[in-house]
Amino acid sequence: MAFKIVEENCTGCCACEPECPNQAISEAKGGLFIIDPAKCTECIGHHDEPQCVAVCPIDLTCIIDDNYPRYEAA
Amino acid sequence: MQTTHNQTEAGAVGSHTPVNIDEVMQQVADHKGCGTSGGSGKASCGSGAGENDLPKEIWDKVKNHPCYSEEAHHHYARMHVAVAPACNIQCNYCNRKYDCANESRPGVVSEKLTPEQAAKKVLAVASTIPQMTVLGIAGPGDPLANPEKTFKTFELIAKTAPDIKLCVSTNGLTLPEHVERLSQYNIDHVTITINMVDPEVGAKIYPWVYYNKKRYAGVEAAKILTDRQLQGLEMLTERGILSKINSVMIPGINDQPLVEVNKAVKSRGAFLHNIMPLISAPEHGTVFGLTGQRGPTAQELKALQDSCEGEMNMMRHCRQCRADAVGLLGEDRSAEFTTDKIMEMEVNYDLDSRKAYQAAVEQERQAVVAAKQEELQTLAGAHSDIKMLIAVATKGSGKVNEHFGHATEFQIYELSTSGAKFVGHRRVDLYCQGGYGEEDALATVIRAINDCHAVFVAKIGGCPKNDLKAAGIDPVDQYANQFIEQSAIAYFKEYLDKVASGEIEHIVKGDAEIRQGALIAA
Ligand code: SF4
Ligand code: SF4
Ligand code: SF4
Repeated sequence: MAFKIVEENCTGCCACEPECPNQAISEAKGGLFIIDPAKCTECIGHHDEPQCVAVCPIDLTCIIDDNYPRYEAA
Repeated sequence: MQTTHNQTEAGAVGSHTPVNIDEVMQQVADHKGCGTSGGSGKASCGSGAGENDLPKEIWDKVKNHPCYSEEAHHHYARMHVAVAPACNIQCNYCNRKYDCANESRPGVVSEKLTPEQAAKKVLAVASTIPQMTVLGIAGPGDPLANPEKTFKTFELIAKTAPDIKLCVSTNGLTLPEHVERLSQYNIDHVTITINMVDPEVGAKIYPWVYYNKKRYAGVEAAKILTDRQLQGLEMLTERGILSKINSVMIPGINDQPLVEVNKAVKSRGAFLHNIMPLISAPEHGTVFGLTGQRGPTAQELKALQDSCEGEMNMMRHCRQCRADAVGLLGEDRSAEFTTDKIMEMEVNYDLDSRKAYQAAVEQERQAVVAAKQEELQTLAGAHSDIKMLIAVATKGSGKVNEHFGHATEFQIYELSTSGAKFVGHRRVDLYCQGGYGEEDALATVIRAINDCHAVFVAKIGGCPKNDLKAAGIDPVDQYANQFIEQSAIAYFKEYLDKVASGEIEHIVKGDAEIRQGALIAA
């Protein structure tokens, strides 16, 4: 699984973008942010907790995306 | 990039021993208030009560800064650019989705400027408003949680408009790692919002902080925050950077503890302490708004400010302005400078004409002080315990020059035999979302200045005059376009004479209401 950003909740504050160890987060249309599921490692191997979740000011905005299989550390 | 942050690391911050900062403090914090002594070109800072002169290098930093000098705030303007949307903590008085009324924060998506856009905006404003002397970055998030954008903006402005003073306003969490860079960029004013020094109190204000790649909650979070804030403050003082401490007064949560905050920041060399009222309403969607946490009344706020005043300079003229505010404090001209408009503007930045204009402002300012001093002579020898507040309608320049009906705020002065002292301001503009529209505007004004004996205006209609009188507030228009303090002292002298002769009886007035909502564009 990768993480995703719930569009309706995102304020576009950009706090998550620089914290991602994999540069998986980028600005999309309308100044909101998105996660590239191919790059997201759920922060495994980098940090104890997913950084986007830890820094995001709005609860339940950065959440697990069930459409992707669980990330496996190499 | 593995960061295994743990408590020990945060704990270590607390045991940081400050270098001896006594010398710097001697210069900065030991004086109490400093006023223009007629004609010398010196002005007051903070409360503006005393007349002690500051060391020259500090004086040069504050004299034209509307936030650091109460006197300057009548004459000089500031602007904020909203280049810093990200934040690293959460406050219970802030809803990150919408405009925040306490911190200077417009809704996050509503205004986001790139450093390049911000630099252009500064030039556009500086050419249009020559008395704009200060650029601040205050949000909408935390400027030091967006260091690249913040410092890039400072760098661009230092290059194109070197006469503009730069300042920054932060929650302090990452201040220690940025102090060195702040001093490299010649930032000589830093504001830290400090609402507590006791983590138990902090836990009621801050649900979490994001620090060293981890989210902390509760007392642990507040402990990290307070340690970092105080360490940052000490580092600023060591480098001679002036600091202002903002505190949001939250009745029942941190009102008494703020006296401890005042002591803690004073002993670390803070230049000015600014206690602001909590702005809280359910429609703001903040935790405090939803739990019904109220803000202080005007009397509660003033009492707390007064009790800290013996300790250090208190700022009473803060308008809690937004991260995109433009103009004199109390005025917001940001609507003239939207991103679309500034991108089209022809900008002609002319340092010489700005200097000439500011020289004229300086003359005007000294005239205000000379007039006040002259009038003060007439009070010499008078003794009375009477103290009273008056409200003044002004457009700036230190004069009574606004019509009663046009005023969006009143400045409040306390009159006593020691003179006229600026003690605050009351907003009376109608808050757009607050549902005040139905209400009678005059009743709103009366509630806002209910603790005042008189209101000084340039002009006032017959109807409001009578209603004000009925509410025990004397409408005074005889000082139209004259200097505020001079007029106020003259009025007070007459008042004392009337009380002495038995013509009137002095009555103590009641409390007043503090208007809710962020300062909005007119
Ligand atoms: S931190 Fe949250 S609100 Fe801010 S841009 Fe990222 S997802 Fe959006
Ligand atoms: S979970 Fe970690 S890797 Fe995935 S997007 Fe969030 S910060 Fe980046
Ligand atoms: S928010 Fe307060 S400190 Fe900042 S510019 Fe406005 S009045 Fe000054």
